[in-house]
Amino acid sequence: MAGHNPWPDEGNTGHIWDEDIRELDNPPPLWWMLAQYMGFIMIIVYAIYYPTIPTPTGHTQGVAGWTAYREYKEDFETLNAYRAREFAEQEKMLEELSPAEILKNQDLAVYAEKTSKALFGDYCAACHGTGGAGNPDFPVLADDDWLFGGNAQTIYKTLVQGRKGNMPAYAHLGDEKIGQIADYLIAMSEGREGDASVSAGKSLFMGSGCAGCHGATGKPMAAMRDFMGAANLSDGIRRFSAGDYKESMIRTIKYGVNQANENTRYAVMPAFAGRLSDKDLKRLSVYVHRLGGGE
Amino acid sequence: MSDNASNNSSKTLEEIGIEILPVNTGQGKVHAKRIGGFFRNFKWWAASFWIILFVGPYMRWNGEQAILWDIPNRQFNIFGLTILPQDIWMLSLILLFFALLLAVSTAIAGRVWCGYFCFQTVWTDVFTWIEEKIEGQPHKRQKLDEQPMNMEKLQKRVLKHSAWLFISFMTAFSFIAYFVDVFELWGQLFTLTASGYVWAELLVIGILTYLAAGIMREQICLWVCPYARIQGAMVDQETIMPTYDKDRGEPRGRLKRSKKDTEDEATKQGDCIDCNLCVAVCPTGIDIRQGQQYGCITCGLCIDACDSVMDKLKKPRGLVRYASIADFAGVELPPIYKRPRVIVYSTIMAAAFAGILYGFIAMAPMTMNVLHERNPLFVQLSTGEVQNKYTIKVVNKTDKVMNVELSVEGIEGIRMTGVDGLIEVQPGNVHGLSAFVKAPKRNLSGESTPIKIKAYNVDNPEQKVIYDSMFIGPRY
Repeated sequence: MAGHNPWPDEGNTGHIWDEDIRELDNPPPLWWMLAQYMGFIMIIVYAIYYPTIPTPTGHTQGVAGWTAYREYKEDFETLNAYRAREFAEQEKMLEELSPAEILKNQDLAVYAEKTSKALFGDYCAACHGTGGAGNPDFPVLADDDWLFGGNAQTIYKTLVQGRKGNMPAYAHLGDEKIGQIADYLIAMSEGREGDASVSAGKSLFMGSGCAGCHGATGKPMAAMRDFMGAANLSDGIRRFSAGDYKESMIRTIKYGVNQANENTRYAVMPAFAGRLSDKDLKRLSVYVHRLGGGE
Repeated sequence: MSDNASNNSSKTLEEIGIEILPVNTGQGKVHAKRIGGFFRNFKWWAASFWIILFVGPYMRWNGEQAILWDIPNRQFNIFGLTILPQDIWMLSLILLFFALLLAVSTAIAGRVWCGYFCFQTVWTDVFTWIEEKIEGQPHKRQKLDEQPMNMEKLQKRVLKHSAWLFISFMTAFSFIAYFVDVFELWGQLFTLTASGYVWAELLVIGILTYLAAGIMREQICLWVCPYARIQGAMVDQETIMPTYDKDRGEPRGRLKRSKKDTEDEATKQGDCIDCNLCVAVCPTGIDIRQGQQYGCITCGLCIDACDSVMDKLKKPRGLVRYASIADFAGVELPPIYKRPRVIVYSTIMAAAFAGILYGFIAMAPMTMNVLHERNPLFVQLSTGEVQNKYTIKVVNKTDKVMNVELSVEGIEGIRMTGVDGLIEVQPGNVHGLSAFVKAPKRNLSGESTPIKIKAYNVDNPEQKVIYDSMFIGPRY
């Protein structure tokens, strides 16, 4: 920086570099200053119009009465009004038709499926997993193995009234026999039910009353399935899937399902009749049906 | 301040080597004289290229508008071909191609785009042509500008601005007509049912055209357009541009009529007679004799002007001519194809062109996307099969309805369920659906098995897609 100022009259600040580069003290252009003042005015207008200034108990409300939440609610109502208008026909059909009829109408079924994804996420996925993938000890909804039946009407009934399976406890048989039955059932699910090694289990299965509900071949009769949700034991799909297969099976046989003892399997599907509208339950029935295993 | 500076004997910009060429900064209006000549004619031919803009929307193809950017339907129709957003990568190649075309033409011959083809130049040219027809020659226009408003001036002004506004409107309208069917658009305008966007675009594009071509004119080229400022990096010593032959022209001076002048004096005199015609015809108001400069849009009109004068003087043409700095330095120019810039630019252009060509040839009439459902990855069925779910999207890029049959192969006993018969895909549309694929567990080779999902149009079996996907099964 040069010590003396060769341009004393031009109003420079005295900061001079490289002989002739100097800092001037020119005022900003008028348009720039006007924009600046406009900015200040807008700040004041904004502060009066919108909630802006914090106070010990909250903040100023602003004359517009605007809040983000109110705007969100208004927008949400707008969206709902749009949907109600745009899809009035479909919604009316959902109300009037039965789940089976909805399923037959391809477009309506797709509509029902698309509009119930959020419902499934809110009310079903906690136990049954997103996409109906199931969870340990909670049934898979995407397969074709149904405890109470898998047509749209039955699924709807399940949702409306809930389900509570029932299997008596067989602790009185003793651990050895229960183990033999379990071995037999595992062999059955793998297609080896005729093996000599499991013949003891087979006769126990037949003689202890298991076949009464689950059927002689492990496939339950329709009435037993619809009435108490007797599981299909022959297809290798496990109702209670957590942990070791045989251990799990022994526990189920020993303590039963939904019985009055401490170790019993607690397996209850809650009723949704009061919690969701009938229309939404139909929607969900279609959604579950279309997850992959509907009958 | 400059006075102050010179008083204090500080350096001026000229002294530190910065060339200041006088450029019209908008204080005075440029009223360029129009004279005929080779470049004048060439300009008209080049400008007529833009007639396409106005007639383009009326071209039909199979009863539809031939070129239509159908934004609501997310597609671009060009002569029966539908380009969907999936193929938009070609657009980047097309843009690359034209950007380099600009670069290579600039490297060879300077701002040919600016001088002959740019819409700013062309529209300004047409606007000033109208101005001259209505208001007369430049000196008359200058007088008209200066005189106070009267009936005659008002008449001329109203007529001129109406003509300008009409062209501006047609420009804006034709532009919008590439996005909305042109006949539909006329109908909407006449019945006042066009959407707010259409009116807003008409207004904005129309006003901008009017301002840019009618009012701003050369100011756009000098101060607004970035191309003027980057051309310094795009031209080199070998680029030919309209250039004044200093050696031949200087010292310039008025033509000496007296024959008493000695031979010596006559030879001292350069060929330039300082008639200023080259300045008078310049649409950007520069003096070409001051050398190559960014205000020059290389339109060649000064060449026409100077040639006409040289013809009258019976002197050879070309005092101002297309020439490069290397020419004047006496350097022999390498042929165009041997210049590095040309080679590099052309190589990239060829690559882009090949890409575009490939894109158009390989653009399948049908495409399919298959997404494997991840939750659950698979389910086991009571039949002993494993089931996978796929979201399948079939895209129809033709203008006819497609009846598509889906099938799957790759595992013994594999089958697809959940799809009822044929899928009807509307033209230029996507059809999405969920399908279940089942395969016997015993036939699976491992955790994941490659499968092929096939789609083909039953009406035209040549239109088919094979999609490689995976079938997921249990680990054991």
